[in-house]
Amino acid sequence: MHSTDFERLNTKARAIEEALSRLGQPITEAQAKDVAALEDCDCKDGMFALAATRRQLFGGTGLVAAVGMTALLPREADAKAPPGAIEYPVQADSTKEPGRMMGVDGGYGSRSQFETEVRWANPRKTASFTPMQRGYGIITPSGLHYERHHGGIPNIDPGQHRLVIHGMVERPMKYSLADLKRFPTVSRTYFMECSGTTGGELMRPNQPTVQRTHGLVSTSEWAGVPLSTLLKQTGLKPQAAWVLAEGADAAVMTRSVPIEKCLSDALIVFAQNGEAIRPEQGYPMRLFLPGWEGNISIKWLRRLEVSDKPFYTREETSKYSDLITKTGKARIFTFTMEAKSVITFPSGEMRLPGAGFYEITGLAWSGRGKIARVEVSTDGGKTWSLAALQDPVLPICQTRFRFPWLWDGTPATLQSRATDETGYTQPTHQQLIAERGPLDAPGMLFYHMNAIQSWGVAADGSVKNVHSMG
Amino acid sequence: MCIQWVDILRAGAATAVASILTLGLVHAQGYPNTFQFGQPATEQDIAAIAIAIPTDGKGLPPGRGDSARGKQVYETACAACHGADLMGVANIPNMPTGASLRLIGGRGTLTSPKAVATVESYWPYATTLFDYIRRAMPFTAPGSLSADEIYAVCAYILSEAKIIDKATMLDAQTLPRVEMPNRNGFIPDPRPELFK
Repeated sequence: MHSTDFERLNTKARAIEEALSRLGQPITEAQAKDVAALEDCDCKDGMFALAATRRQLFGGTGLVAAVGMTALLPREADAKAPPGAIEYPVQADSTKEPGRMMGVDGGYGSRSQFETEVRWANPRKTASFTPMQRGYGIITPSGLHYERHHGGIPNIDPGQHRLVIHGMVERPMKYSLADLKRFPTVSRTYFMECSGTTGGELMRPNQPTVQRTHGLVSTSEWAGVPLSTLLKQTGLKPQAAWVLAEGADAAVMTRSVPIEKCLSDALIVFAQNGEAIRPEQGYPMRLFLPGWEGNISIKWLRRLEVSDKPFYTREETSKYSDLITKTGKARIFTFTMEAKSVITFPSGEMRLPGAGFYEITGLAWSGRGKIARVEVSTDGGKTWSLAALQDPVLPICQTRFRFPWLWDGTPATLQSRATDETGYTQPTHQQLIAERGPLDAPGMLFYHMNAIQSWGVAADGSVKNVHSMG
Repeated sequence: MCIQWVDILRAGAATAVASILTLGLVHAQGYPNTFQFGQPATEQDIAAIAIAIPTDGKGLPPGRGDSARGKQVYETACAACHGADLMGVANIPNMPTGASLRLIGGRGTLTSPKAVATVESYWPYATTLFDYIRRAMPFTAPGSLSADEIYAVCAYILSEAKIIDKATMLDAQTLPRVEMPNRNGFIPDPRPELFK
């Protein structure tokens, strides 16, 4: 082969690569023609695997006809695919024509266009909720992980971002994302829950579905560097007792963290479910404090200031403190998320088609460790039976439970209650109110509300959020 | 994991190296105690972002402001959400409820199920007010107020809350000394609770 042939081939190869790089984005017929023209060259057969395959696929008809092939290419951007999906034409018989090729999605997959579950954002757009009623297993897909932001989602260039550690340290340091990734890393599967979850459910049934009652809890595999590793680099002065964590968002969100937590299981996380954490979860790096209320795991982490005292920031005094109306005093630095569970099937707004067998299932979790047992009641808490816990049962992680139920078609009240390995058992609404006093005020949240949830099943099979007096 | 020999020697892993040499075994190199990653944070690096104000007021910037000046700042920068009367504006799209935007009132309500928690009735420290306004307010333009403006708007809110009088000039010395009504209203977390 002459050198000019090589040059010509290289030019074509680059052009084809460029054209292919546009795939996954909506492609116009004109662009498709360009690709077809570029590929129309006998000399390259066998050299560009993907292109050759395309040639074989299209045969003599060319790409213009190929665009008409039902399964091949994504439609224009105005196609009405659900979020996270690309709409492709449905094939009349998927066994009678080739399916779409690898690479058409640009190299990052999308879910089926027939799957529609999404996070539900509250009307004030302060939080979005995981669709637990459609979840399986224990992992929350990253795109369905609940969100709570205090100043929107910042868009941060990871190359510019630095984490500064200073204050009562021997050696103030700053770390880039690349620096952070060079340290020994760990991954752990942990739940995260907002301390406000189900707060609105204390006094009366409030939201209709499990997504809207309990959806501010999610589970991911998180990966990053133990904070203790970084604090070993900086050294700590003897009086170090608290660490202020601060985000690079518009709220410049801040919380004070006891040094003991920072030196035990605290992580600086840069990955979630095997890839970079999502922007809404703190990209490029966040603090992760296992078992503690979500807001203290500061996202978009830019600064850790070691101090001898907490800072009493707005987010640990005005908010995220627990007013006990029984005494008029507020609990401050209430970090731990205690044992909790909820039945996700059947749950609010579902409708059972008729009497017969159903597998009740749900999730249980505790910020203090592993779930030891989950009990299920189908009679509003009069009698309880053990549910089966599905492996793996991990500490500070959602645990899937299952319970076989033969519904006789009469009204039933379904409940679950979790006990963790410390022996702590989830309370009732009445017990929580007796302990802390009622709270029913606009603008106030009853944080750390972990009462047993009840779902009422009516004779017609409809399921709704109820409070049981049991 | 790329670990330099110098790190290993620093970590005192020489014995592992020796055993490789003497026994001819393949050993993992082990983890060093310290790593040479990252850069020292300079005073400038820290000063550019270290904006948190502890309750003793350390780090409060120079500047000053009183209630009269604060009223002007408030009307321009705050009233749209918090209300001309500081009582919070209801039903602003994509914003918290009017009740949670309320800044004053509510004293004596904290034992009620209808508790009203505001700067006046609930916040334990005035330094938190300065810190929060500086870092996060106004919502649509956080970090846009000058130190004088923040001192002034703190003075306005605290005087409308009848915590300081209208003549009080707030600055780095006077702000931390403001005594908030609910200063002693917070207790440590007693959980786990023993439910009966």
